[in-house]
Amino acid sequence: MFDDFFIRALVAGVGIAIVAGPLGCLVIWRRLSYFGDTLSHSALLGVTLAYSFSLNIAFSVFVISAVVALLLVSLQKRTKLAGDSLLGLLAHSTLAIGLVLIGFLSYIRFDLMGLLFGDILAVTTADIGLVWIGGSIILIILYFIWKSLFSATVNYDLSAAEGMRPEFSNFIFTLLLAGVIALSIKMIGALLITGLLLIPAAIARNISNSPRQMIVIAILSGILSVVVGLFASLEINTSSGPSIIVVALILFIISLVPLEIKGQLQKR
Amino acid sequence: MNENNNLLVRLKDCGVQKSSKWIVKGISLEIHKGKIVTLIGPNGSGKTTTAKMALNILKSDEGSIENYSTKMAYVPQKISIDWTMPLRVIDFMNLTSHINKDEIIEALELTGVQHLIYNEIHNLSGGEFQRVLIARAIAKKPDLLVLDEPVQGVDFNGEIALYNLIKEICTKLNCGILLISHDLHFVMSATDHVICLNGHICCSGSPKSIVKNSSYIELFGEHNAATLSLYQHEHDHSHQTDGSVKN
Repeated sequence: MFDDFFIRALVAGVGIAIVAGPLGCLVIWRRLSYFGDTLSHSALLGVTLAYSFSLNIAFSVFVISAVVALLLVSLQKRTKLAGDSLLGLLAHSTLAIGLVLIGFLSYIRFDLMGLLFGDILAVTTADIGLVWIGGSIILIILYFIWKSLFSATVNYDLSAAEGMRPEFSNFIFTLLLAGVIALSIKMIGALLITGLLLIPAAIARNISNSPRQMIVIAILSGILSVVVGLFASLEINTSSGPSIIVVALILFIISLVPLEIKGQLQKR
Repeated sequence: MNENNNLLVRLKDCGVQKSSKWIVKGISLEIHKGKIVTLIGPNGSGKTTTAKMALNILKSDEGSIENYSTKMAYVPQKISIDWTMPLRVIDFMNLTSHINKDEIIEALELTGVQHLIYNEIHNLSGGEFQRVLIARAIAKKPDLLVLDEPVQGVDFNGEIALYNLIKEICTKLNCGILLISHDLHFVMSATDHVICLNGHICCSGSPKSIVKNSSYIELFGEHNAATLSLYQHEHDHSHQTDGSVKN
């Protein structure tokens, strides 16, 4: 009934949505959405480097994102600029370097649209393996540092005082974010990855009242966005990334309805 | 048990420097099991910084810290939970270690907020949240409990009850307590060792000896000090506006 490429995209996309759920919740709780953006913009540089030196794309994106994250930490210690300014600086300069490098690589035909917005046709069987194995590793690590990460999200000092070693888990969390971006760049595209992290978690925030519930709903709405988005992408021939994000947005708007009703009831 | 087995934390000549200015300097103190040590002093005198050194949150830029505590619990002074997180009281109680539900309810009962167990944290009032914070720290059954102005925002009757609870917990759990408080009545009547801070240790000792100390009287004013002390003696040093010692 469906083409093989479509099944591959579905399987990979669902895997990404499962990993993006809990990480997206943490991104929202920690107000790191712009940080996620910075990492994903720098991912483009990772892709061009991968082409230049014929490296694995996911590996190269992961390394570049991790380097950018570490750069950010060291710049924060050295300069007097606020975090958001530094993030903007890194996001746009790495994006610019990436685009300049693409110019140099004129001998390779580039699908720039594909890189920026995702391309389901590009998902190979190897990519599925990468998403599911890499995703499982990310989730397992996340499981082990969860208590520390979560307590540090609520209050850093409290977490540090009670022996949770938040500095270490914060560092690992940064690497996990870089990891999920590396896994999803082919499918969602550099510009829209943060959307897949954020919007399902935002939907979940609207309709949940405990952290665990929020994570489960984030995963489910992520999966729903990916499945419906990919079908739409196939039907009306649009890029996969934007289609998925648009579906997520529609779900977000629907998730506002229960909030509205609750608000109206409270007024009475 | 000898004296050393009871030692939980020892700070020796510790201090914290921030952009080449010392926030606190020359801090030495010891916290023992079953004893309450209180830090008093004006705003900005380094009370919280000192507490954070004892908790290993801040590294000391001089001197040495020995920490023998196996389980620390902390009630921070100002805590702002990010409202992007749907966090109920029961989730918050389990934040850094898993505590079974009976013990959670028991601890919340002690601070009088057991009815709020399934409420979202951000719907609590300041005083209610403060009670939850204290309950959480108690439920952990720590051997070292650090309380940074634990009763702020709590109503008048509650304040007395909570102070009594803190005293009771200290005996019951045989834990060491480091308390930061502005309530001089409680400090002087219920604690074992008082440290008077103003960027450095102005004076320290038992409550009885402290109220007679000139530095204490200078810091807290003749009137406040007089309610608790019977006489005063000669000042041994005086302060500049930033709290450092005038020569």
